[in-house]
Amino acid sequence: MRLAATPSQTVGPFFSIGMHTVDVAIEPGGERLTIQGQVLDGDGNGVNDAVIETWQADSAGHYADRSSRGWGRAVTDSSGRFRFSTAKPGRLAGVGDVVHAPHLAVTIFARGLLRHLVTRIYFPDEPSNASDHTLGSVPDERRGTLIARAAGLNRFEWNVILQGKDETVFFEC
Amino acid sequence: MDRQLRTMVPISGYRRPLPGTQPDYLHPSYVSSRKRAPSKSLIAIPATPSEVTGPRFTPQDVAAGESDLTRQHGGAPLGERIIVSGRVVDEEDRPVGGTLIEIWQANAAGRYAHESDQHDAPLDPNFSGGGRLITDGDGRYTFTTIKPGAYPWGNHDNAWRPAHIHFSIFGPALATRLVTQMYFPGDPLLAADPIWNSIADENARNRLVSALDWETTSPGYALGYRFNIVLRGRERTPMEE
Repeated sequence: MRLAATPSQTVGPFFSIGMHTVDVAIEPGGERLTIQGQVLDGDGNGVNDAVIETWQADSAGHYADRSSRGWGRAVTDSSGRFRFSTAKPGRLAGVGDVVHAPHLAVTIFARGLLRHLVTRIYFPDEPSNASDHTLGSVPDERRGTLIARAAGLNRFEWNVILQGKDETVFFEC
Repeated sequence: MDRQLRTMVPISGYRRPLPGTQPDYLHPSYVSSRKRAPSKSLIAIPATPSEVTGPRFTPQDVAAGESDLTRQHGGAPLGERIIVSGRVVDEEDRPVGGTLIEIWQANAAGRYAHESDQHDAPLDPNFSGGGRLITDGDGRYTFTTIKPGAYPWGNHDNAWRPAHIHFSIFGPALATRLVTQMYFPGDPLLAADPIWNSIADENARNRLVSALDWETTSPGYALGYRFNIVLRGRERTPMEE
């Protein structure tokens, strides 16, 4: 017998009472990088009450799924900006000879989102992007929404556009 | 199964929701969804390691006493003390033990201890409204708190949210992540609430309404409300069928 999963509801604007910000814990000695950006609504206004959770593999491409290492949570400020610091994940081995390009899995909650959104952050100038099956399933003209922009040494920018012409790709998974 | 063979088997993902049992992103009567709901279809992807793994929290990550919201300050909060408990299971009714639950809520007067909440109702110096715990091996959890008040909001003329407690649950994988709200039985505000009504299926909607529970009611101390949570279950792999 299959039970039906409990329905989702929005986090609303007051989530910080219960959902505390958590910095991504990385492996000792890992090289830090910063990813920052802005969450924007369909009118281009910053979303000041969004939560961004990230989950990623370590530099060897392994998920630490017996712990919370590799997971973090950031919230947007009054202009919709967020920033977090982490380490670059490695490539992951997939089924058969499939390799997954380095990426962060991202979950987004906000007032106004009745269900959370799932997306990914990939890295620019990463040769394995070309053979990544998930990126390959995204139409060419939208793929760029998943790839962070280099913004200096170990700094990247990546925006989330919730709605509209340049909408970020969100996944059903 | 040796390692080589195992890597040839596709990763089994998590079940997609049954029709009507989850809200659509755009629910126009919930005004905040209008400019925040994605306008393009989600892109369905096969499961990869990123979706079938997830962070694991342990009892050491949570301080003792975080599950009792009535004892976080010097005095007792105002309001009706309640015990909210239940069980977290997957769609096959298997317990989800050892998972983090975070809750947050308004105080008895319908005011959140949050700088953005401007509702003209008193703050309670003895109530912050946040709690956390890790489910036990059988997926069970118990919070002690006070019954939150209803409060007005700006969605439409004379809009009031029904009393509710926000729940955040992780489960074993990124794909099982859930944030939802628990409501109280018999609340007449539910019928007019666009957030609750964003769930098309009536049975699914009603699963967010807790039940008064004599078994967990503590005589002379606090009424019990039961709220069970079902997280997405995993697809069967071809080998299991």
